[in-house]
Amino acid sequence: MESLDTIAQVLASTIRLTIPLLFACLAGLYSERSGVFDIGLEGKMLVAAFAAGAAAAVGHSPWLGLLAGVGTSVAFALLHGFAVITHRGDQIVSGVAVNIIALGLSAQLGSTWFGLGGQTPQLQPEERFLPLTLPGADAVAGVPVLGQIYSQILSGHSILVYFAFAMVPLTWWVLFRTRFGLRLRAVGENPAAADTAGVSVNGMRYAAVVCCGVLCGFAGTYLSIAQSAGFSRSMTAGKGFIALAALVFAKWQPVPAMWACLLFGFLDAVAIRLQGTALPAVGILPVQLMQAVPYILTVALLAGFIGRATPPKAGGVPYVKER
Amino acid sequence: MSARAAELPWWADALVMPVLNLALAFLVSGGVLLALGEDPIECVQIMFNGAFSSGSGIGYTLFYATNFIFTGLAFAVAFHAGLFNIGVEGQAYIAGLGVALASLYFEFLPAPVIILLAIVFSAAFGAAWAFIPAYLQAKRGSHLVITTIMFNFIATALMAFLLVNFLKPDGDMAPETRTFAEHARMPLLQDVFGWFGLTMAQSPLNLSFVWALICAAAVSLLVWRTRLGYELRTLGASPDAAVYAGMPVTRLTVIALMISGALGGFLALNEVMGSQNRLTLEFSGGYGFVGIAVALMGRSRSIGIILAAILFGALYQGGAELAFDKPNITRDMVVLVQGLVILMAGALEHMLRPTVGRLFAGCSTTATAQEA
Amino acid sequence: MSVSGPAAAIDLKGIDKRFGAVHANKAVSLAIAPGTIHGIVGENGAGKSTLMSILYGFYQADAGEIFINGAPRKIVRPSDAIAAGIGMVHQHFMLVEPFTVLENVVLGAEGGARLIGGLTKARTELQRLGDAYNMSVPLDTPVSELAVGVQQRVEILKALYRGADVLILDEPTGVLTPSEADHLFRVLDQLRHQGKTVIFITHKLREIMAITDNVSVMRRGEIVGTVATKTTTPQALAELMVGRTVRLKVDKAARAPGPVVLDVRELSATDNRGTTRLRDVSFTIREGEIVGIAGVAGNGQSELLEVLAGIRRRASGEILLHGQPLDPAHTDPAKLREARCAHVPEDRHRMGLVMSFSACENTILGYQDDPRFTPHGLLNRTAIAADTSGKMIAFDVRPGNPQLRASLFSGGNQQKLVLAREFERDPTLLIVGQPTRGVDIGAIEFIHKRLIAMRDAGKAVLLVSVELDEIRALADRVLVMFDGRIVGERGPDASEQDLGLLMAGIAS
Repeated sequence: MESLDTIAQVLASTIRLTIPLLFACLAGLYSERSGVFDIGLEGKMLVAAFAAGAAAAVGHSPWLGLLAGVGTSVAFALLHGFAVITHRGDQIVSGVAVNIIALGLSAQLGSTWFGLGGQTPQLQPEERFLPLTLPGADAVAGVPVLGQIYSQILSGHSILVYFAFAMVPLTWWVLFRTRFGLRLRAVGENPAAADTAGVSVNGMRYAAVVCCGVLCGFAGTYLSIAQSAGFSRSMTAGKGFIALAALVFAKWQPVPAMWACLLFGFLDAVAIRLQGTALPAVGILPVQLMQAVPYILTVALLAGFIGRATPPKAGGVPYVKER
Repeated sequence: MSARAAELPWWADALVMPVLNLALAFLVSGGVLLALGEDPIECVQIMFNGAFSSGSGIGYTLFYATNFIFTGLAFAVAFHAGLFNIGVEGQAYIAGLGVALASLYFEFLPAPVIILLAIVFSAAFGAAWAFIPAYLQAKRGSHLVITTIMFNFIATALMAFLLVNFLKPDGDMAPETRTFAEHARMPLLQDVFGWFGLTMAQSPLNLSFVWALICAAAVSLLVWRTRLGYELRTLGASPDAAVYAGMPVTRLTVIALMISGALGGFLALNEVMGSQNRLTLEFSGGYGFVGIAVALMGRSRSIGIILAAILFGALYQGGAELAFDKPNITRDMVVLVQGLVILMAGALEHMLRPTVGRLFAGCSTTATAQEA
Repeated sequence: MSVSGPAAAIDLKGIDKRFGAVHANKAVSLAIAPGTIHGIVGENGAGKSTLMSILYGFYQADAGEIFINGAPRKIVRPSDAIAAGIGMVHQHFMLVEPFTVLENVVLGAEGGARLIGGLTKARTELQRLGDAYNMSVPLDTPVSELAVGVQQRVEILKALYRGADVLILDEPTGVLTPSEADHLFRVLDQLRHQGKTVIFITHKLREIMAITDNVSVMRRGEIVGTVATKTTTPQALAELMVGRTVRLKVDKAARAPGPVVLDVRELSATDNRGTTRLRDVSFTIREGEIVGIAGVAGNGQSELLEVLAGIRRRASGEILLHGQPLDPAHTDPAKLREARCAHVPEDRHRMGLVMSFSACENTILGYQDDPRFTPHGLLNRTAIAADTSGKMIAFDVRPGNPQLRASLFSGGNQQKLVLAREFERDPTLLIVGQPTRGVDIGAIEFIHKRLIAMRDAGKAVLLVSVELDEIRALADRVLVMFDGRIVGERGPDASEQDLGLLMAGIAS
């Protein structure tokens, strides 16, 4: 039974570690499907995490934290949009700028405002999104396997976790079953066609970038006030880039994006679990190797060793009417 | 449309635009300082004095500038060939291994030979780390930006793994190599001056700076005066024309990125061999990303890159002084300013252009009118 | 021209548009009667597409007014034009390739936040339109899998689905076979009978004469004449187009061809997607003859040029140069240049020139390995500049400044720069694609004379052109390509009808 418990623990931790990736990956999906590449997911998560941590600590409410996190992230998303949509700047350079600004700004404001070396104050339980117990979870906890799955893996997460998973079918529905999604995909594939069909390319791209900002805001908020009890310097630690890798790995599709994030979250959970533990026949698995696996897998995919990833055709290219 | 078509004179493009964009970035930074309750003018004074008013300050400024020259050149060479090498950071990091190899395992050799080996090894390691993404881009069309980002993280993991498991001396806690022997370090310029009986203020400025200037001249020569440079620029300006002209596109792609990786690798000479004297975690510290801004601001020309690198060096050094003087300000402020410069000079470089273009167009029409 | 009776369907007044230094439309006024097909002809760059893009709201005019059915309308974006009942079929189709036909049609006119309602409605409506105009298209196939002619039908249906009363077609026949073009003309005729107004832009006078009621001629951004089609002739229109009498014939002395230079045997090749575009093509070219390849664009000519230039790998077949087979593994552009094969590519913007480079840097493009230009791998700038100056004089390139950027030359001078580079190397085989595309009439005459001079100097010349008149004027033998095959060979005096049937794949 102990091994079953271990598996359940690893899977539960997989889910927790997947959430920021999943939010950020879906965020990138909206943006990149509309033709705006975004390597600034990391930066937006970071400022959102800071804003959420700060606002929750000052306002004593996780909802205030969420609002601040999402608002800040959207502001940064609009900055990216302003640079690359309105002024047709380079999308990669703008993304790099967003990441670096976010890094400097969150740490500097944190130090000045709270004097804790860049951290925000430790949050009280009522200032955080706490784990929810699903109905009947305690009752079935003793039932082997199915009960364990329900009580240990599916139950006991914060509201943001359930919201993240709900976003997957919702995103699919929005992209493939609504006018908004059709237009969003059209401006990402052939903006000139969308333009001549009477769709505002810039308007759609701004809308997509805002969607991206909102979801990055959720990702950052989750990090600082659901998973942890406050913001700490550089707490995203490359998660925005793993989300980017997952997006490529999922070939810009929502449901595969969830599986990619779960895979990368699982690898992370296993790495944490196995830290310093010797495995039979393998010995101690270097934790760094496990950390590198998502990146290596993504490179292998890009190299065409496992399928082919074709990005949206107009991705990375500012829309200029031809002349 | 018509506003964008307005052509600026070359000097406006090379001087006025970067200065204007820079001014904008500083203006926003000043706003942030105000919001933090500091006097921006005073902060600028502290930073300027810190960077330029003493011999030691200048030394530090040029020391940091050395890093930015290498990474700026690295980005620029690839950029000429139309390649966006966002992986300079990782290439420089891996090149640290090459330097450590020369300084630790060849320490029985005389100093000049060790330096030569360190140059060769750092270039080789940097180039090697650029090779795989380069090959994948050239042969399989893998998206270079994404692969190089991935390789940055793979480099981070690999270096941590090597330092923790192999390179750290037994019994030490810190994941770093032992300190290099005296003669296995890059000579400091103050010592070099000392050999000739000259004195110079204390700073980590070392011979890598001279090597950076040599590299800048060599890159300029390569890009504008050689057949290889011509081929790289053709590839960058029009890949189809390069194919039409019978240029070896695959090979050129790989060569451009390997040169880029080698130049980025020289960062390790300055940081690892010239200053820290041991291989440490994360010594590349974001210099690779800032190199993008340096190259963009310097319009990918060597002279421009050197000037932009000195500017960023001054920002680094001045920022350190500012953090020292003002308890309210940390070195993160410099990171923020860097980000803003990248935003204004890089991503928003087109924002002011139409306005400036109209201004120039207005001036020239007035001039013609007066002539008539 | 004043329109009597009902108000003009479209009335443009004083439309003016500049792109930087280019004055694309100079105070253009144009009235189009409802229920007619109105042709607009003019050379490339005469401003036809710009004018229509302004009417469609794709560009905005710097000055001028637009009246629709007599009422002034502000059209600042395509959705305004659509709302005013204007539809446009662009020269390069505006379709989202991975989307199905249905999705493409409803894009921008979805009729609700959820797609399902709009898709259902569109399905019924498209079936009705398809039946009414005899234009059936598969609704659930991704557009990328459809043939070009079918894609064009999707574009027309898209406009009709949006309730267009005025349909603009920009160079619609360039990508069509003659039979597809005929089908299009029948559709347009039907539209006219239903009271729709059609604006038909082309540079082919034959089409103007065949289908339009009225025709306007544009030259250098201005409308130089509007006439009823019945009252004019192709010659009169041609003179209006270029502003002077045109001689479509080139002086060419008879010449007996020499030994075979290029021998192509059963050559096949695929495009980048893996579709076979060249099927068992065989032909020879001799010294001192021009072999012309005629055909509708997209029938394998581009792939043929690329294979012969070493840019594209052949799938099978043999190529013999002066009797020596070329090894497919080692046939690249550099090797072919060494073997004195010169190549003037179809698209000088994409391939033949690097637009941001100076004339100097462009004259060594492809010859960068020549030790005269790059001794020891270093650029010899003096030698390059001297060589460029010489070539610019020889080919009358203006302005004759070797340091000027290629993008700052006119189309004709850019093309002369490419020709000078390729002709002056004294090649034995010359492969030329679309030598006069986007080139003004004066330069066309110059280029034609030079091509004849190369032939008279004993060069073997392969000329690929979609301009049938050009092929007939220059070629000693005409090969017609259709669907990747050579479907027939004719002499230079073959009639247009004869060649047209071959190009349509009907005769052989």
